[in-house]
Amino acid sequence: MAFLVNYFKTIYKTLKSLLTGMKVTGYYFTHLREIHTEEYPDNRATLTMFDRFRGEVIMPHNTDNEHRCTGCQACEIACPNGSIKIITKQELLPDGKKKKRIDTFVYHLDLCTMCNLCVVSCPSDAIVMGQNFEHSVYDKKTLKKILNNPDSKLMAGVE
Amino acid sequence: MNTIFLYSLAGLATLIHNWLGKFISSELGLHILELAIIGLSLIVFLVLLCFFLGYMERRVAAFMEIRLGPNRVGPQGTLQIVADTVKLLFKEGLTPNSSDKFLFNLAPFIMVIASMMAIAPIAFAKDFQIYDINIGVLYVSAISSISVLGILMAGWSSNNKYSLLGAMRSGAQIVSYELSVGLSLISIVILSGSLSLGDIVLSQQNGWWLFKGHIPILISFVIFIIASTAEINRAPFDLAEADQELTGGFNTEYSGMKFAMFLLSEYINLFIVSAIAATLFLGGWMPFHIGGGPSSFNHIMDLIPSSIWFLGKTFTIIFIIMWFRWTFPRLRVDQLLNLEWKYLLPISMVNIIIVTLIAIMGWHF
Amino acid sequence: MRGLIEENIITEDGEFILNIGPQHPSTHGVLHLKVWLDGETIKKIEPHIGYIHRSIEKMSERLSYRNFIFATSRMDYLAAHINNEACALTIEKALQIEATPRAKFVRTILSELTRLASHQLWWGCTGLDLGAVTPFFYAFREREAIMAIMEETCGARLTQNFMVPGGIMTDIHPNFQQRTKDILEQIKGKYKEYDDIMSGNVIFENRTKGVGYLSKEDAISFGVTGPTARASGVSCDIRKWNPYSAYDQVEFDEILSNGGDCYARYQVRMKEMRQSVSIIEQLIDNIPEGDFQEKTKMVIKLPKGEYYQRVETPRGELGVYLVSDGSANPYRIKYRSPNFSNLSVLPAIAKGYKIGDLVAIMATIDLVIPDIDR
Repeated sequence: MAFLVNYFKTIYKTLKSLLTGMKVTGYYFTHLREIHTEEYPDNRATLTMFDRFRGEVIMPHNTDNEHRCTGCQACEIACPNGSIKIITKQELLPDGKKKKRIDTFVYHLDLCTMCNLCVVSCPSDAIVMGQNFEHSVYDKKTLKKILNNPDSKLMAGVE
Repeated sequence: MNTIFLYSLAGLATLIHNWLGKFISSELGLHILELAIIGLSLIVFLVLLCFFLGYMERRVAAFMEIRLGPNRVGPQGTLQIVADTVKLLFKEGLTPNSSDKFLFNLAPFIMVIASMMAIAPIAFAKDFQIYDINIGVLYVSAISSISVLGILMAGWSSNNKYSLLGAMRSGAQIVSYELSVGLSLISIVILSGSLSLGDIVLSQQNGWWLFKGHIPILISFVIFIIASTAEINRAPFDLAEADQELTGGFNTEYSGMKFAMFLLSEYINLFIVSAIAATLFLGGWMPFHIGGGPSSFNHIMDLIPSSIWFLGKTFTIIFIIMWFRWTFPRLRVDQLLNLEWKYLLPISMVNIIIVTLIAIMGWHF
Repeated sequence: MRGLIEENIITEDGEFILNIGPQHPSTHGVLHLKVWLDGETIKKIEPHIGYIHRSIEKMSERLSYRNFIFATSRMDYLAAHINNEACALTIEKALQIEATPRAKFVRTILSELTRLASHQLWWGCTGLDLGAVTPFFYAFREREAIMAIMEETCGARLTQNFMVPGGIMTDIHPNFQQRTKDILEQIKGKYKEYDDIMSGNVIFENRTKGVGYLSKEDAISFGVTGPTARASGVSCDIRKWNPYSAYDQVEFDEILSNGGDCYARYQVRMKEMRQSVSIIEQLIDNIPEGDFQEKTKMVIKLPKGEYYQRVETPRGELGVYLVSDGSANPYRIKYRSPNFSNLSVLPAIAKGYKIGDLVAIMATIDLVIPDIDR
């Protein structure tokens, strides 16, 4: 008798637990506003990334085409992957002195792991993390970027 | 009821028959032509049905999983499944080098043929049935077990260890669940006194078996749904496929159209099982009537075409089976057999005895 | 018969050899298990590892002390914060400094959020492995919200690299506290749903109860740690035994169970999620003001010696063993990764069970393959 009671108890418990599970999925089937899908390429216009999101390293320039990079190479040392290469040149200043200035700030996006160490190490806040994350390209070579604009100058007052 | 006659499927069939009769005089020629038309329209219907079921499954799954599901190709993604079929058509139908090539290529066809054959005795609407065979229930349960041959063939001939394991699992599974499916069908057969699906539907004129208040019928309905879900290899009983354990089981090595045929047969099987459940337990194409209710209600129910009733009931059961799939984890192979031999089979046996008693004593109505 | 043996399909004893992996849906990565089967019953398992070896330890030897931390995010990628924290703590130990109180609190909160996110993913994947696809999406709904917190404060979702020697990289985002409180409320409301769809489900119970039994003795002798060991009754929570960061300032229970089977491991993790929520709740309103980072030199040089620091990741004990020769680069780094030890117990506990059980056991041990190979 005890066997039979147990037997039917098992069946009852089984059916009950299965129906409880089905209630959850049934709830979501009937409540379509709970859907969490983000339709990515469609919501591009309204999609804003968080301001700290690390998408790529960029070098902001002001309206006079001036940047803040002094060419100290702190970021190059800080980078664990060697994705930053700074080529410097000697520039003749108006007062006749020669000063080290950057020629090209080469940034290999394909090597970068977005670890933020270069940005943290920069003493003059010349580079920041950009929010663009759509980096897919057909040619790998285009991932090698030069961050300073052509003919850009060092911002006055940054040393 | 002339207006209803016009848009009923049976009316359409008679119309075509009469129209063809004008051109073809010989009886035999007419029969052959009509059979060809039936075959062709059946295949078209089943393919379209599978398109719809594929779309439905993906949408149901998506909504239960708080996703959107396919919504890109065509309006609301309805043409997604067509795009997928075209993709499968263009895919290379690869046959593994060390496989048993004849059996490997034969298996998908056996699966599809077995499932298509089982559709013959199903009554889609009032007086609209391909072949009201007098042993319809027996025929369906006999034919549907052929599909295990296809699975075993596919598993064995692939020469893949996962496929073989999947096939062996499915062999044990289908053979055992056949019993409960059969026994739960028998309870209806006992009460209605006929094996013919047409007669079974007619026996539910004054109420569907499920709602007539016989508790044993309720039990056999539940058993039928569980056991037939297992028989058509759907989750939570999809041990033969078991993506997470056997990486696809018996159809691991299949690609292209041969793989699509397995899908086709899975969906046809799903439809057949639901159609059988709808026919036997929910009155097939019979409209819903309230016994002592107002006659106007019954009259409105009569206005709905019988094919809509049949498909409505079938799709309700299909939805329930899909609901199972997207809720439950998969059983283990020994638990699967435990469930059958320790629970479903003994219960259905006792159930049969009670039903027989009811039938002998004449307690049913 | 002879032919089959020669083709390496069966062994001399008639056992069927099945290679599960390196590409298999339920190994969660490139783990290769060579399984000897008798029918469906597992006779023997031989894990083959190394498919995703990236030599993180060797690579770290040529990186400076600030730089090598980022690579640890790629070891146990579900617990990147905790891996980073372990390295940062080791360096702090060697320098004999401590992170600022603010950094300690934020570290603890972020670690617990990581633990929550990791357990969420594990919960979903366990369902997925057992054949229930739906829980995966429910788990990801909450996990996404946690990832959004990480993204807003740390700037990355998975490989955050937010812990630096002496504290945290930047101060927390102004929205951090509010967002964290919101997600805690959301998660607390979902416990019942989780239980309804998985924990209480009879199929799930049958699949996990009594499966993959790991005894206390075995757990100790194989060096199993984390929830896997705690489910066998081994008290090994580093947060309790060896508190780091702000764990000595919070009240929480170490979840122990004597079941030892998959179900016990499942329950331990489910309860740990609740503990994590309670830890974060105690800390989130009390983050002290002040510096977020202790001043360290530009180029860190550790005094000569050997240093060891261990932390509790969602999968167990992560130990960082660091040898310094006094230069700017580590002389040798060795990570004692929890997954490597946890994997070693798999052949012992999966023996005699079915293939379906092997999947359940792997799911509840919660292996992360890149952490095994490093």
